Amino acid sequence: MTGLITMDDLTNEEIIEILDDAEKLLPVAKGELYLPLLQGRILGNLFFEPSTRTRMSFETAMKRLGGDVVNLGDVKTSSVVKGETLFDTIQMVDGYTDIIAMRHPRQGAAQYAQDSARVPILNGGDGAGHHPTQTMLDLFTIRQAHGKLDGLKVILAGDLRYGRTVHSLSHALTRFNCELIFASPELLKMPSEIVSDLQSHGASIVETEDLYSMMNDADVVYMTRIQKERFSDEDEYAKVAGAYKLHAKHLADVKSGMIIMHPLPRVDEIHPSVDTTRHARYFEQAFNGVVARMALLCKLLGVTVPKDVKKAGGAL
Amino acid sequence: MSNEHSMRRVTAIRNGTVIDHIPQGQALTVLDMLGIDEKTSVPVSLVMNVPSKKMGSKDIIKVEDRELTQAELDRLALVAPDAHVAIIRAYTVAEKMIINLGDEVVNVVRCTMSNCITSNLREPLPHRLKVVSRDPLELRCHYCGRIQDLDELVKNVL
Repeated sequence: MTGLITMDDLTNEEIIEILDDAEKLLPVAKGELYLPLLQGRILGNLFFEPSTRTRMSFETAMKRLGGDVVNLGDVKTSSVVKGETLFDTIQMVDGYTDIIAMRHPRQGAAQYAQDSARVPILNGGDGAGHHPTQTMLDLFTIRQAHGKLDGLKVILAGDLRYGRTVHSLSHALTRFNCELIFASPELLKMPSEIVSDLQSHGASIVETEDLYSMMNDADVVYMTRIQKERFSDEDEYAKVAGAYKLHAKHLADVKSGMIIMHPLPRVDEIHPSVDTTRHARYFEQAFNGVVARMALLCKLLGVTVPKDVKKAGGAL
Repeated sequence: MSNEHSMRRVTAIRNGTVIDHIPQGQALTVLDMLGIDEKTSVPVSLVMNVPSKKMGSKDIIKVEDRELTQAELDRLALVAPDAHVAIIRAYTVAEKMIINLGDEVVNVVRCTMSNCITSNLREPLPHRLKVVSRDPLELRCHYCGRIQDLDELVKNVL
């Protein structure tokens, strides 16, 4: 394995191994234990698009494991504004670091970077393409709540057209035989080529605009933000903004174990009244970004996570 | 109607290229992909919808005083992978060229997805489309993974 560009780079067995490693690393992620597995290693954070959670959780993950991080920083103050190509930037950072986490506004940028880099590339989002490290933390959160991934009924709701998190996640869930419900306004439907691709892999898919009536027998409701920045036409955005506003009152008849997830940031698609219900998992999900990325960094750098982390680690 | 008869619908050429067994209706697209347009000065003959034993109906193109290059053959593979290409010199077939659609089409066309990294013209990258299926032809961008719209793709010849 070189890098992680799409979920196709991981087998189901590897996904489970990484989730198991993430589980073991929880006390390290929480700062309860010091385990410098990546001491002396440097992560290059190349975020050509704004990011809060992904960038910070990569940085936290690396530092919790004793490694260090160098950042591209604000694109506006880097060589990128001087016209440097992505190819040249990658050649430079490739020499400075042991592994690169990257987000770029164009689809395919991560694959292009991996083709010319010596070090592994972790795709932190490429345009409306893929976001596999988000998928790993999503899978971790789902398994944490349900104890399994197989056979769950999962609703993906909101912006399914441009939402890269749901593109990657739907592929992964299909591989674990989950039943998928895509709830979105017509304008933001899951791209037909993704639906066909999933169906050719045996996915059971229902597409609907009616989120609320589908929630009662779901195990997971995965909300997403309607991404204003992906619309070139303000009027088109206005037509779909606020399509779903999940409120605690919508949860009266849902399964007791059903969880609500969101890659964050949210705008108004989840009302704060949901935050205090037993179903809300989005803040734990955001935390899980650290532990999932710790496990991924170890895997891609060829570092084995010890079976007994408590025995191997020390006090802070 | 015999194949020979179909070929005689236009006169034999002294030197140049004959592209036979083009799928019916694709001849104009083939001309597009070869960059043959109103500015082309050499004589070009085009026959469409002629009967063919093998294909039912087919199109044929004859281009005088021009021999197709390998790069042009690679483009042809996208619209007429089973076409027969003959180089004519002094009224005889001097060479039969093979159209070979490999596992990947490299530096022939650009991905049709507008936000793909390949649309940044400054990046020094090879344009790579993977052949997912040959019949029907299905190509996927190596970078963004987009399955290509073949009607759009012919407009993106490099």
